[in-house]
Amino acid sequence: MAASTLARGRAGQEVRGGAALLRGTVTLYLSLIVVLPLTAVVWRSSRDGWGAFWEAATQPQALAALRLTFAVALAVAAGNVVMGTVIAWVLVRDQFPGKRVVNALIDLPFALPTIVAGITLLALYGSSSPVGVDIGYTRAGVVLALAFVTLPFVVRSVQPVLLTMEPDMEEAARCLGAGPLTSFRRIVLPTIAPALLAGAALAFARAVGEFGSVVILSGNIPYRTEVASVHVFSLVENDDVGSAAAVSVVLLATSVLVLAGLNLLQRRRTRHAD
Amino acid sequence: MPTRGRLPLRILALGYLAAILLVPVGAVIWRAFGDGIAPVWQAVTAPDALHAFWLSLLIAAIAVPLNTVFGIICAVVLVRQRFRGRRLLDAVIDLPFAISPVVIGLALILVYGQAGWLGSWLAERGIQVIFSLPGMVLATVFVSLPYVVREVAPVLREVGTDQEEAAWTLGASPLRAFLQVTLPAIRWGVAYGVVLTTARALGEFGAVTIVSGRLAGQTETLTLYVENRFEAFDLTGAYAASLTLAVLALLVLLAMTRLQRKEGR
Amino acid sequence: MSILVRNATRRFGDFTALDDVSVEIPSGSLTALLGPSGSGKSTLLRVIAGLERPDAGSVEIDGRDATSLPPQRRGVGFVFQHYAAFKHMTVRENVAFGLKVARRPKAEIRARVDELLELVQLPGLADRYPAQLSGGQRQRMALARSLATQPSVLLLDEPFGALDARVRKELRAWLRHLHDEVHVTTVFVTHDQEEAMEVADRIVVMNHGRVEQVGGPRDLYEHPANAFVMGFVGAVTRLGEHFIRPHDIEVRRQPNGTTSEAMVERLVHLGFEVRADLVLHDGQRLAAQLSRQDAEELELAQGQIVFVRPSRTRQFAEAPAG
Repeated sequence: MAASTLARGRAGQEVRGGAALLRGTVTLYLSLIVVLPLTAVVWRSSRDGWGAFWEAATQPQALAALRLTFAVALAVAAGNVVMGTVIAWVLVRDQFPGKRVVNALIDLPFALPTIVAGITLLALYGSSSPVGVDIGYTRAGVVLALAFVTLPFVVRSVQPVLLTMEPDMEEAARCLGAGPLTSFRRIVLPTIAPALLAGAALAFARAVGEFGSVVILSGNIPYRTEVASVHVFSLVENDDVGSAAAVSVVLLATSVLVLAGLNLLQRRRTRHAD
Repeated sequence: MPTRGRLPLRILALGYLAAILLVPVGAVIWRAFGDGIAPVWQAVTAPDALHAFWLSLLIAAIAVPLNTVFGIICAVVLVRQRFRGRRLLDAVIDLPFAISPVVIGLALILVYGQAGWLGSWLAERGIQVIFSLPGMVLATVFVSLPYVVREVAPVLREVGTDQEEAAWTLGASPLRAFLQVTLPAIRWGVAYGVVLTTARALGEFGAVTIVSGRLAGQTETLTLYVENRFEAFDLTGAYAASLTLAVLALLVLLAMTRLQRKEGR
Repeated sequence: MSILVRNATRRFGDFTALDDVSVEIPSGSLTALLGPSGSGKSTLLRVIAGLERPDAGSVEIDGRDATSLPPQRRGVGFVFQHYAAFKHMTVRENVAFGLKVARRPKAEIRARVDELLELVQLPGLADRYPAQLSGGQRQRMALARSLATQPSVLLLDEPFGALDARVRKELRAWLRHLHDEVHVTTVFVTHDQEEAMEVADRIVVMNHGRVEQVGGPRDLYEHPANAFVMGFVGAVTRLGEHFIRPHDIEVRRQPNGTTSEAMVERLVHLGFEVRADLVLHDGQRLAAQLSRQDAEELELAQGQIVFVRPSRTRQFAEAPAG
């Protein structure tokens, strides 16, 4: 029986019935909006058997796109680990005029439509670049687009941890003769590591799936700058839905794995907090 | 207290942010107004642009209330109820955060498209989902689904059940107690979630581009219009429409900052 | 407005919060549910209010079976430990909430709220928000709110638990006074025996989900039913099978045949009284309570040898629980 003990205890039949109704509504909504369509993708990719799936997912162009996607996403996640930590540290421990504005601007990539992000970056770093940097339609362009859209993840997950961390700890370590790097490695890093990992995982998942900014900035050259999501898009445009579904399942599996990993990390963190 | 190493870090952080965030946004503004205000105004008020603008607002006006109501109910279920499958529900809610919008678009086609599970059944009844408004709304609802849940759940947990129970003992029905006592207590969390949902809904591109068919003046949202102008080498048009979206994004940022401060109190 | 709980059992997973509890609370009484944390006293109160449904057993309020009634229809007022103030409403709106739900006319609501704010000594604060009140004021507002609908029963869950010691003492006296004025059947939960003794005219002592004893403050102190109650309602020392209250120990300078030798380990001056921590020759420790005058006459001092004799002890058939 899935009846909630909490609801059972509260005020009898009415609330018990109400709780079940709410739970049913939520389950139905999620099933219709999220689960049903995703099931359709998995179903479509496996409809013609494992062989067909494997063939579609490992077509040379698909394979090249997937390789590029994962490589770039990993690189961007790693870059975010470094830059995100630096930015979070500066925002928490440093004081400078305009800090509040900078802090608010970190969320800009969340608020700005990705297509606008693409156009924005291309305006500065494209073929007509006013600063003489032209990385439009290159792999560097893909990295830049993904670095932009994933910027907030690590900053926003590390920042609150740094905020609750007493600067005394760092200072105490320095008084004991530890250099700034040692005190960072020994004191700060272990504390922020779970949040850092969580932020990096989210950034990775987001980078793997990103479409709007990349489609503008990468030029979508097969085997060179075409990422997986753009490849799926062109397959759908060419009515090759089966292949599109196969590549999609690879992306979907990645998302599910990352989320499952995050869930596990979260549970370990809360257990430590107890 | 000033410490060695602080200044270089500050320069590194701010330099990175400038290169990746600030300067590009500035460049677009500068470019858009390169030929003065008149062409921008013309581009923004072109019939297709206006239509795209209103369509974006319409889709958001449907998707955001849906996800707000769902999000509040879902947060209540997650925080207040204990049942088997709760963990799974909790995990499924985050899926839209992690899935590529293109995959979401494809998924909707596979259910509602001509050859999809429900496509022909719906078509017989004269309901077209793909390449029309319902499909675009579904795509937008999908991608913007988790925000309200994720903002409201922690606030609801913190508020607890005392106030609602107090209202019960004073004679208020469960619904009335929730609407008059609990909802006001979580209002800033809801507002924050609504702001994020709206931003996501207005900015969605990948999923909507697949299910919309991109018919100019018909199923073209503002983000699709930006791409359309860009592909047509109408940079002024693309920059002008981008600017409209960027202004909306700035408003969102402003709202977020203010709401964060309210929640913090 | 009597309350009758019969054979109530409530489990949370593996934990049994209420284990076949039966209690009768007479009309107009001021009753305390007293027990350590986890004893089931709060659960019992919530079962009476209808906020918690028993797995088995029944609840009668004023002769009417209320077991399956939702909290809305039980006619109870409930006060929470952490006030449960509606933070987005003013004091006036908080107090008026129940009356608005009951659709009383506006003028009546206004008059009743003013009257209640007078009663709880908060006039003039009607337009403040809870955040602008002190803890004690918030709790008095919560009391006014729960009294507004003229409940037949008033239930308070550790009402003073979140307040500091001074305010707590003040509100205790005030609650006693309020009850004498309003005469509503009142049940309050506390883990503080002093609070129960001072405020209540009947005390229900609970432990491990069961009722250990019911009685007046003096009853419980003088005639505890078992070792747990004896220990919970006052200080006690155990010597073998015997339980002794500190003031039932006679302290002398000279032995007299029935006394035992003891050394004063420590003297604690508690204003009017003096407590002497004693060590018997076999190493057993014992606390004796004397009036200041007696202590002075005996010229008690640390390290001194005295002779003690229990003037009154108790024995219980069962071993003490917990």
